[in-house]
Amino acid sequence: MKRKIITVCIIIACFILECTIFQKLSFGSITPNLMIIVTSAFGFMRGKREGMMVGFISGLLIDIMFGDLIGFYTLIYTVLGYANGFFRKIFYDDDIKLPLILIAASDFLYGNIICIFMFVMRSRFHYFYYLKTIIIPELIYTILVTLALYQIILQINKKLESEEQRSASKFV
Amino acid sequence: MRKNNQTNFSSKQILLILSIVCVLLMGLSLITDKVSGPLRAVANYTIVPMQKGMNTIGLWMSDFTQNFATIQELRAKNKTLQAEIDELTVKNNLLQQDKHELERLRELYALDELYADYKKVGARVTMNDSGNWFHSFVIDKGSNDGIKVDMNVMAGKGLVGIVTEVGPNWSRVRSIIDDASNVSALVLSSSDTCVVNGDLTLMQDGRIRFEMLANNGTEIKEGEQVVTSHISSKYLQGILIGYISEIHVDSNNLTRSGYITPVVDFEHLREVLVITTTKDDILED
Repeated sequence: MKRKIITVCIIIACFILECTIFQKLSFGSITPNLMIIVTSAFGFMRGKREGMMVGFISGLLIDIMFGDLIGFYTLIYTVLGYANGFFRKIFYDDDIKLPLILIAASDFLYGNIICIFMFVMRSRFHYFYYLKTIIIPELIYTILVTLALYQIILQINKKLESEEQRSASKFV
Repeated sequence: MRKNNQTNFSSKQILLILSIVCVLLMGLSLITDKVSGPLRAVANYTIVPMQKGMNTIGLWMSDFTQNFATIQELRAKNKTLQAEIDELTVKNNLLQQDKHELERLRELYALDELYADYKKVGARVTMNDSGNWFHSFVIDKGSNDGIKVDMNVMAGKGLVGIVTEVGPNWSRVRSIIDDASNVSALVLSSSDTCVVNGDLTLMQDGRIRFEMLANNGTEIKEGEQVVTSHISSKYLQGILIGYISEIHVDSNNLTRSGYITPVVDFEHLREVLVITTTKDDILED
């Protein structure tokens, strides 16, 4: 129960940060994608099921506030959270490379999905322009933010896990 | 084992269920807008109050970074602005005289003030679009303050966008530089209509594109004013959009197109004015 509340708090905090403070800290009007970091981090730290739920909530938040079509972002984030869950088996706490690669890949995939469904489908075919000015800069900025934000999420998760283990061992 | 399967879904099944929920939601929100109503109300009591506080911190931080502008820069700017003020005061006096004359003439013509003063409500920008693909933002007034969908939004003297979604204490505004935005516009000097549409590829230059301006021999130069047109079904008449910065004849020789520099600084939007009359209200009268 405590884990659920804290997880939801992290999601909401990241959403609000992304929409307010990071908008003011944007470089060349590019802002990092915090929701991808959270979704994908919970995916590979906690597995498919939790990644999926975190993705669902994150996507729903975006849909409510900024989506024209409720369910679109929700679906993307849910699937991304689920896909990241596959990498739980090869995830270790002290390894920073895998999280960086996974988050970068998720953000790249996310950018491409948005580009295809929201722009190419409306016959705006400047794919390479979008790649150069939006997808790649967003990716780089997101990775930079990941270096800090991921550590925070990791520490929170570690603390929760050790607490859960302690309370579980009480009953043994 | 079997019992376990019945009570706990496997993660694949959950994914399937969630995906179906998403698709259903998408389908439903295409047909009606009742789906988002309850969700919006939830957001109203959770997200919106928090984001207001965070936004002030963000504003403080951006102020802080802007404080590093050098004194020399500011002095030079001050000088030019002072000159501009003097010039504008003279101009303003002339315009005041013209205005009195205009009012008198209008009375003679029994023309009501057709588009002079719309009633406006001020609102604060509390949240920007989360992604980098679109340009919409959330303001801190909603249906409780009388905001309705399709109300026009201005900042300073120019058009910013249109309200696309309304919650109890917040509403979402789509900017005219957003890729999905289309505005029917009018070139003031020649009264030719055109269509102004936002484009993601121009968003970072701070420009918007206009199209479908008839190539009918009227001379239109750079720097001319473009305002919202009288034939628009959503936008009120006569709101300034921007100035033409580039114009060229299309290859079909029938139309002209080019670029407009908007008068509003979309990067630093803080307060906006929502016009509380919609075009529908005016058309009904």
